Amino acid sequence: MGFRHKHLLGIQNLSRSDILALLDTTDSMLEISRREAKKVPALRGKTIISLFYEPSTRTRSSFELAAKRLSADISNFSQQTSSVIKGESLKDTVLNLEAMKTDAIIIRHSASGAPYFLSTFCKSHVINAGDGMHEHPTQALLDAYTIRQERGTIAEQKIVIVGDILHSRVARSNIYLLTKLGARVVLSGPPSLLPKLFTKFKTQVEYNMDRAVEGADVIMMLRIQHERQTDNLIPSIREYRELFGLTTARFHRAKSNAIIMHPGPINRGVELSTNLADCTKSVILKQVENGIAVRMAVLYLLLGGKSRDTIN
Amino acid sequence: MQEKIKAKILDTRKIKRSLQRMTTEITEKNRNLKNLVIVGIRTRGIYIGKRIAKLIKNLEGIDVPVGVLDITLYRDDFSKLEAQHMVKKTEINFSVAKKDVLLVDDVLFTGRTIRAAMDSLIDLGRPKTIQLLVLIDRGHRELPIRADYVGKFLPTSKREIVQVHLKEIDDKDEVLITEPAGIK
Amino acid sequence: MTLLIKNGRVVDPGTNTDDTRDILIDKGKIVDIKTKINTKTQKTIDATGLVVAPGFIDMHVHLREPGQEDKETIRTGSRAAAKGGFTSVACMPNTSPVNDNAGITDFIVSEARKNAVVNVFPIAAVTRGQTGEQLTDMKNLQRAGAIAFSDDGYPVANNEVMRRALEYSSLLNTLIIDHCEDKNLSGDGVMHEGFYSYTYGLNGIPCSSEEVMVSRNMVLAKYSKARVHIAHLSVKGAAELIRMAKKKNIPLTAEVTPHHLLLTDESLKTYDTNLKMNPPLRSKEDVKALIKAMKDGIVDVLATDHAPHTEDDKAVEFDRAPFGIIGLESAVPLIVDRFVHSGIISLSRFIQMISTNPARILGLVNKGKISQGADADLTILNLDKNIVIDADSFESKSKNCPFHGWELKGCPEITIVRGKIVYPFKN
Repeated sequence: MGFRHKHLLGIQNLSRSDILALLDTTDSMLEISRREAKKVPALRGKTIISLFYEPSTRTRSSFELAAKRLSADISNFSQQTSSVIKGESLKDTVLNLEAMKTDAIIIRHSASGAPYFLSTFCKSHVINAGDGMHEHPTQALLDAYTIRQERGTIAEQKIVIVGDILHSRVARSNIYLLTKLGARVVLSGPPSLLPKLFTKFKTQVEYNMDRAVEGADVIMMLRIQHERQTDNLIPSIREYRELFGLTTARFHRAKSNAIIMHPGPINRGVELSTNLADCTKSVILKQVENGIAVRMAVLYLLLGGKSRDTIN
Repeated sequence: MQEKIKAKILDTRKIKRSLQRMTTEITEKNRNLKNLVIVGIRTRGIYIGKRIAKLIKNLEGIDVPVGVLDITLYRDDFSKLEAQHMVKKTEINFSVAKKDVLLVDDVLFTGRTIRAAMDSLIDLGRPKTIQLLVLIDRGHRELPIRADYVGKFLPTSKREIVQVHLKEIDDKDEVLITEPAGIK
Repeated sequence: MTLLIKNGRVVDPGTNTDDTRDILIDKGKIVDIKTKINTKTQKTIDATGLVVAPGFIDMHVHLREPGQEDKETIRTGSRAAAKGGFTSVACMPNTSPVNDNAGITDFIVSEARKNAVVNVFPIAAVTRGQTGEQLTDMKNLQRAGAIAFSDDGYPVANNEVMRRALEYSSLLNTLIIDHCEDKNLSGDGVMHEGFYSYTYGLNGIPCSSEEVMVSRNMVLAKYSKARVHIAHLSVKGAAELIRMAKKKNIPLTAEVTPHHLLLTDESLKTYDTNLKMNPPLRSKEDVKALIKAMKDGIVDVLATDHAPHTEDDKAVEFDRAPFGIIGLESAVPLIVDRFVHSGIISLSRFIQMISTNPARILGLVNKGKISQGADADLTILNLDKNIVIDADSFESKSKNCPFHGWELKGCPEITIVRGKIVYPFKN
């Protein structure tokens, strides 16, 4: 066993055993996070830069705490750029940061493929904290960990992902991970946000949400962005909520011990009714706690020990 | 790399006697056994710790709780690691604060494992005292660490390997000295 | 200067020739073609074992001058063309400033006369500034040297504007070349919309974007009876529309690029920006359909859409990289190796698509053929030479080429323009 990759760019190129190594290591990391003194010296002396080109407090602080709990030094760089504003190129920014002798760069960027691009010239370990619509591997890992924690296993579970699948990197990473571990994944959403071709990802596509959530073990709701309305991908939020919002009535079609998940931030009253967001079946806050432990596991397995003889 | 067995130092009977003797020493030295807790270092320290707890129960009728410590995240020798070191869980279901902790490991060698174990323990809480029990002390200390209870002192050369096998996971009880074969 | 080309296998689809012939050239014109010519000339080329074809014409290149000389100039682009076996190129107007007035056309013509080693024919814009709103002074531009009109880079989006442009162009008997893309459908797309765009997380350009515009052009060409040329065809559905148009004798012609015949969307897995162009690399089915269309004569022309970009421009995240790849120096070996040697098309058909037809479509009456009185523009090919594409040794200023390292058999050996050997280079 062991995790022999230099970078974490996505779930697609991870094997089953890579994923299990990450999830198993998370157990120990969770234990550390629950102690009084939430720190171990495992990554002492390592320098990590988090480079966030998209605004995010949640994922960024999760990575920050994860690094600090392993005694690494971490520094945050936020860049607000759009493709129109031409400042320093991404390549130059990263090369400049690497000149400060970094061990790892955690990158979130709006361009799919940006972390892969970095890995072609970076000496540091590259960790994808979300690239465009492509992948968000640590989110999928913490989602899987939470499911395993709550349901005991992932194999054979009926897991329904609802929302703007087309534009969601969270959906993609989850699809890859959950299918690799043997879950039955069902996708639901409006056709403009969920092309039929997504069945090629070894999932089921069901446009009728009531049918989709029948007997579900896990329901994962994705955030709907208001821009989708201006782009004519949905007529209005009101229509969306009626067809794809998770209401108590819809939730009762799932198994009686089903759990509700959401990567956050939630649009209360849109994809999730407020009482469901706060009910005991909702594991949204557990996802956040597990997020730090998962990211600790990722940092440890990438940076702990000498990095050589790695795939990638 | 094949290993060549040089000598068998302890067998089932000898291990049993060492553990019994050390148990007596523990009960002599620790007046308040009710404050004693045992923490075994993964992996074989766990089983030795459990056997000691059983012996204490037989001798004094007192239940001493046993916890499991994984010290992977406290190691100081990462740069020497060939492969990734997989972390296992630390499972200590009681508080170590203000307790007399008996750390248990199978072999004491350079002392680095014990240093890491002590750092880890202190991060979990502030013990009153820490004592160390090992089945074998093979010398070659690199840090100023010593054991309070030693099953057997075993002078070895650095090249030799001391292998401890325990019934709980290795099907038999024995301590062997081996040497990597084919080394010039 | 007098030049004699001896013993070559002369292949000229225009005159149905495929035979060993000698060619005599004088004062930039072809004077005689016979089995044996014994005239003494200033220079002789022994073309034994080589193919002598009418000079290749690339009717879709971007020379970037004026305004973007860091990517390419008329001079460097023409050298790239010569090395690639092309004797003439038609260059698109999306320069800075846009070639939408006679002054710019004039500049390009005189620059070419001074510094270009091949014939350079400017294509002028259909609308001012290529904004798609107001027609340019097409007669003026034609007089200054514009050989055709296009807003390439952009479609002529407004149907009414395209209709009026076609009516006007028929008055001048000139050609409009349309970049077929519905910008609303293509949106933020950077690659073909399909399974792979979903996988790689990139916005997709649907097939419908091209098909909608091709069908629009078909309809307008039908009513105006003006000639429309479809630039860089890429999708199966559009090929089917062109098939339909030709059956109905609508004056639609179409071109295809080598990369759209050889590469698919799957290859974008590495987010290599040297695979990013517009229209994008399409699916396996589309590529298959284009190859069939080429075989069936639905596609008239092979053109490169040579689009130079600097290394810095391309070394960015995929979304931000500009569209376009170069093609002048790789086109001929690619098509000869992958389609002629493999038997998919004949040598004659290849030459027809890369010389005879472009000459006819652009109205270059003295080019694209080997006959008495024609311009002495000739491409001499070595069909058996093995080469490896080496972008670092390209004449082009830019190196954004996805074919670097490809091993191919067949390449241009000698390029002759107006009776002079322009490649191999003397300097």
